[in-house]
Amino acid sequence: MTSSPHPLRPNALSLRIPEPKARPGEKLDFGNLRLSAAGEVARPPVDIDHTEIRDLAYRLIRVLDDDDRALGPWAPGLSVEALKRGLRSMMLTRAFDERMYRAQRQGKTSFYMKCRGEEAVAVAQAEALSPDDMCFPTYRQQGLLIARGYPLLEMMNQVLSNEQDPLKGRQLPVLYSAREFGFFSISGNLGTQFSQAVGWAMASAFKNDRRVASAWIGDGSTAEGDFHHALTFASVYRAPAILNVVNNQWAISSFHGIAGDNDSPFASRATGYGLPALRVDGNDFLAVYAATRWAVDRARANLGATLIEHVTYRAEGHSTSDDPSQYRPVEEAAGWPLGDPVARLSRHLIAIGEWSDDAHAALEKELVELVRATARQSEAIGTLATGSKPSVREMFEDVFKEMPWHIREQRQELGI
Amino acid sequence: MATMNMIQALNSAMDVLLTRDPNVLIFGEDVGFFGGVFRATEGLQKKHGLERCFDTPIAEAGLIGISVGMAAYGLRPIVEIQFADYIYPAYDQIVSEVARLRYRSAGQFTAPITIRSPYGGGIFGGQTHSQSVEALFTHVAGLKVVIPSNPYDAKGLLIASVEEDDPVVFLEPKRIYNGPFDGHHDRPVSPWSKHPASEVPDGHYRVPLGKAAVAREGSDVTVLAYGTMVHVVLAAVEEAGVDAEVIDLRTLWPVDIEAITGSVRKTGRCVIVHEATRTSGFGAELSALVQERCFYHLEAPILRVAGWDTPYPHAFEWEYFPGPARVAAALKRTMEA
Ligand SMILES: Cc1ncc(C[n+]2csc(CCOP(=O)(O)OP(=O)(O)O)c2C)c(N)n1
Ligand SMILES: [Mg+2]
Repeated sequence: MTSSPHPLRPNALSLRIPEPKARPGEKLDFGNLRLSAAGEVARPPVDIDHTEIRDLAYRLIRVLDDDDRALGPWAPGLSVEALKRGLRSMMLTRAFDERMYRAQRQGKTSFYMKCRGEEAVAVAQAEALSPDDMCFPTYRQQGLLIARGYPLLEMMNQVLSNEQDPLKGRQLPVLYSAREFGFFSISGNLGTQFSQAVGWAMASAFKNDRRVASAWIGDGSTAEGDFHHALTFASVYRAPAILNVVNNQWAISSFHGIAGDNDSPFASRATGYGLPALRVDGNDFLAVYAATRWAVDRARANLGATLIEHVTYRAEGHSTSDDPSQYRPVEEAAGWPLGDPVARLSRHLIAIGEWSDDAHAALEKELVELVRATARQSEAIGTLATGSKPSVREMFEDVFKEMPWHIREQRQELGI
Repeated sequence: MATMNMIQALNSAMDVLLTRDPNVLIFGEDVGFFGGVFRATEGLQKKHGLERCFDTPIAEAGLIGISVGMAAYGLRPIVEIQFADYIYPAYDQIVSEVARLRYRSAGQFTAPITIRSPYGGGIFGGQTHSQSVEALFTHVAGLKVVIPSNPYDAKGLLIASVEEDDPVVFLEPKRIYNGPFDGHHDRPVSPWSKHPASEVPDGHYRVPLGKAAVAREGSDVTVLAYGTMVHVVLAAVEEAGVDAEVIDLRTLWPVDIEAITGSVRKTGRCVIVHEATRTSGFGAELSALVQERCFYHLEAPILRVAGWDTPYPHAFEWEYFPGPARVAAALKRTMEA
């Protein structure tokens, strides 16, 4: 972790450059992951003073134990229906990702990003939010759209930039926008959504409404100023916002310590701003739901924002543009101590007698088939490589509400 | 001498700089162990040590802020901004601090910082991996702006930039990292190894800042270009059958005014080409300079070929990118005028 002292100047300063515990070929080591046992962490009332729960930033809220039982005060008592709905959405998200990733590999689009291993964060949170609560996501919360019932076909059309792309071919694949589904336009510039969510939440309060905003940011992106702005404004104006840090351990090739959690977890950042923080097992559907529900209830009671750190793992590459085996051990994903969110929820349903391996396999097959059929439909419309594209006129529209003379001239110069 | 593509040439420049000057250090998002998303710093951490080439938090404003402090201590930072599209959070530090430090402290403090960043389109990168940001920096008093168009220049210009005592924004046309793309996206791109400018000395050399290069001599019309567009223009010139003189600016600011005026006075015509959006683009400045200094030599209006005034759209890469057909049309128009 720390560079060695200067050989000739033993008392001199030396610059620390943090390094992950394991690089490719080295032994896995999750020793600095602060874990708590399932059911161990107390659940305070939602109107508690934030100063009384500072320790939660250093604990880990977990509900599912190693025997797949739901334990302790955070067990949310979700209905079997809700659990099955969550499982289905997570599995559909995964099947969708697989298919779109392959489409990119086949040259049907330019770029794709999966969220494998992190499905619970988006899907359980969608379950905990009301449909008219607003989401300010990153590119890794496609599970929100799927859980909220956004049409798969439209998602695919966006990814393939075809004629029916709802964003008219203008935006990079996966940077969706779905206003009708309470899903804000995703930016390619990291972090910007975090303060925007707080502004939306302030507007809801200003209008004496009941809606809350939820925002997501990656561990790496917490270093951007927008993270600080969001927490400052949320605290000052007591904005009804849920501020989620998705700590999937990696930011492309940089481990979470580069973003600053060597010495203190991301959740603990909330303390200095006077905000409560929850640190939660992000691969535990029940825990994510329960923590989010706590924060949503608190926000709706006009008690302001909560920072939630979701401890999870980016099980695949950052995007289609990188090969993670170049910078982290390939075994790290399989060795991740918090397991896989889909498998854990499925096993829990089995443990409570509501599910079976056969049912799981059948559902998986059904969802893969659904995705395949929808993808065929989307590809029949067109892909980035072949078939019908959005009209080139769309390139010049929506720069402004009314097209000014210079853009009209440029469009004419292009002959359209 | 070795044959290098542009990434290898940039890597070689940084290797030379780290070796020669213990005050040089490199940092940026993913540049350390991984060697950068475009691999420009590959192997440098391993060879020169953790402290000489390291990963940073994702905070562009912070990256530039710390480099000002380091420069004040006497270091010579090379900062990588992963994509030029992500330089905006750092704009205040660059404009208000880096650019003006020498001026406002009456020379007590300086900022010999080199900000490297891949820029430009042609890679289906959509709105946030395709922008050409040069004019946002040429407009700012106190910054030098450099854009290479081939491996030989890339190495020599980067070394000169880092050894320069003023801050340099060094923009790398990422579309030509691996080969001199001429805008014909439907044809295979030839690798740099087939281009004479891929012959790059292993050691230290500089390509001086402020000096343009003549990429093609000609007498009919002067074309001003830089970066990827140099190659697009060369292809367009052949296709238009016009004896154009193509000037590769290399340093945008301070621009080689002699090279420009000398050529335009000779040819009497001028076409300016860049990928960046047209309005208030660097072409506007070039056009004004040519008009102010060569008006009585001009036989035709100065023309600009540039990106449309829209964000860079994902699906319309080639309708947006000012390719050889648009450049050739402008060349013909200027000859007919
Ligand atoms: C302002 C800005 N800087 C840099 C980038 C390039 N970039 C894209 S994703 C990424 C890593 C983000 O990591 P993290 O926040 O942990 O999110 P994750 O990808 O792990 O979900 C980087 C550096 C960017 N998109 N925007
Ligand atoms: Mg991350």
